[in-house]
Amino acid sequence: MVGYLVRRLAACVIVLAVVCVFTFMIFFWFSPDPAAQICGKTCTPDRIAQIRANLGLDQPFLEQLRVFVSGLFAGRDWGTGADAMHCAAPCLGYSFQTNESVTDLLIDRLPVSVTLATGAAVLWLLVGVLGGLVSAVRRDSLWDKGVLAFGLVGISLPIYFLALVLQYLLVVKLGWLPFPRAVPFTEDPVLWFESYLMPWVVLAIVYAAMYSRIVRSQVIDTLEQGFVRTARAKGLQRHLVLRRHALRPSLTPVVTLFGMDFAALLGGALITETVFGLDGVGKLASDSMATNDQPVIMGVTLLAALLVVVANLVVDISYRFLDPRVRRGTP
Amino acid sequence: MAIPAPDTVGVPSGAGAPASGAPASGRAVVRDLLRRPGAAIAVGVLGLIGAMALAAPLLAGLTGWDQYSFDPSAIDSYSGGLPRGGWGGISGDHWFGVEPGNGRDMFMRIAYGARVSLAIAISATVLTTTVGVVLGTLAGYFGGWVDTGLSRAMDFLMAFPALIFMIALLSALPGGNRPVLLVLVLSVFGWPYTARVVRGQALSLRNQEFVEAARASGASRWAIVFREVLPNLRGTIVVLATLAVPSYVATEAGLSFLGVGVTPPTPSWGQMIASAATWYAVDPLFLVIPGAFLFATVVAFTVIGDHLKSILDEGAVH
Repeated sequence: MVGYLVRRLAACVIVLAVVCVFTFMIFFWFSPDPAAQICGKTCTPDRIAQIRANLGLDQPFLEQLRVFVSGLFAGRDWGTGADAMHCAAPCLGYSFQTNESVTDLLIDRLPVSVTLATGAAVLWLLVGVLGGLVSAVRRDSLWDKGVLAFGLVGISLPIYFLALVLQYLLVVKLGWLPFPRAVPFTEDPVLWFESYLMPWVVLAIVYAAMYSRIVRSQVIDTLEQGFVRTARAKGLQRHLVLRRHALRPSLTPVVTLFGMDFAALLGGALITETVFGLDGVGKLASDSMATNDQPVIMGVTLLAALLVVVANLVVDISYRFLDPRVRRGTP
Repeated sequence: MAIPAPDTVGVPSGAGAPASGAPASGRAVVRDLLRRPGAAIAVGVLGLIGAMALAAPLLAGLTGWDQYSFDPSAIDSYSGGLPRGGWGGISGDHWFGVEPGNGRDMFMRIAYGARVSLAIAISATVLTTTVGVVLGTLAGYFGGWVDTGLSRAMDFLMAFPALIFMIALLSALPGGNRPVLLVLVLSVFGWPYTARVVRGQALSLRNQEFVEAARASGASRWAIVFREVLPNLRGTIVVLATLAVPSYVATEAGLSFLGVGVTPPTPSWGQMIASAATWYAVDPLFLVIPGAFLFATVVAFTVIGDHLKSILDEGAVH
């Protein structure tokens, strides 16, 4: 187990390192010069050179990468003399646009993304897993047909389209909900709920559709397997067969999927946050990409990678508890 | 289930490949498919959309508009550029109305947008399917270090935060040929989902009796791969590809919606929905029309993929 953990952790570090290097390479070789952008239209070559030097952009690729990585672990010092400032580890640098610390920006935005992802996840797990389960057990019933239709429509609806249509109906036409914005719970719980309700529902519909399809087909597959038939032949009651034998093997793949999806959303539901104007990590990502704010893009990319990698690790480890076949090493 | 995790726009998750039975004849599968009402309707819808895309230049001649030209007479500048006559400006002149603000013909933008969206999705599907099948078969059939290396690469790409990375990459490369760039970016992160499933199937085929028989009779490795293994993977490949197309259509639309995909003035459905975000409150049809086309295309491909999978699963082909 320890050897396994060490190997898995090493793999995580490698993924993160590669993401870091690749993103850095993209900026270094392909991206428009940020110094020219900061400097604006009336700019002299001297001034550009000075800005590049200030930002450390005049250094060779490996040196920039080294400075960035050491900033992550040991912090960085900027400027000299009276202007000197220290950026504590993990230091991701400062936004080119607003001069805010990227680490602070991320910490600032994370609660919104966490609220959005958590609320949506509760909804979609309830609807998706229960819907798929009942659908599989009562195959070909009216309920099953309903769930199948929901699954098909839900996975085919582009999230931004669904979001805009709902916003048009519920906010513009009927006036039942306010335009969403990231109100903290402590400030106004009612407005908080009303603000997040629509984003939660939109995200949940699309994910629940996908989960209901997967759960349905998993449970149907499991119910047709030998050990389930044996249990039934022994005379075990239907719901006990389902609970004791069929549920666990059909839901383990869902755990994998959920870990990945949830982590990806924590690192920013880009589209949902952008459409609804919720100031989470996803909105930060799309805004910084629109303005080519490289330190911020670097920060959100690394955060997203970290979350996905950690989720993968947690899923892999939890698998060993959920599925005895994995523990014995016979996949 | 080649549908992307929705808000991670993403890449198809390749769960649920069909069991590979004996290879069924293509004609029999098509016949079975068209006998199912849902699938037949989906084929019809896709046929119409495909015909519209192919015939876009002809339709332009017919309607007298193209996808770029402004029609100031169709919009009301006193109301800030809303289409005249309500209903998004639908008239005998403009069949689907006009874009608010500049009066470009919606029907032509939809038709040319279909070309862009479908061309990107189908190219990405062809590319990922080819790469996925070749590498998946190599990994599954040959095993050993080939398998180890390729499987590591697949695990790595699938553990990658693909969406954020795609967006970062696309936004860092402002110019260039956008459609080609999109196809490449989609493919880099898309092939492992095909390859993984193909690998699993090739692995199980490797030890089947007919493959062993071929091996015993002295067939070369490549002959076995091409004559014994690949034909048996045909069903799986067709289903994976059919379900990959809608996921790429949706991903391309998502990227264009975020402003890093197809750039104006070239139309794309996702980009049209994005521009509707500022108008939908006063001109809802500007949002609904491209949304409906995108939705119909994705549903139709998914329905066909689902039915193909169940036909090949059941072996219900005679």
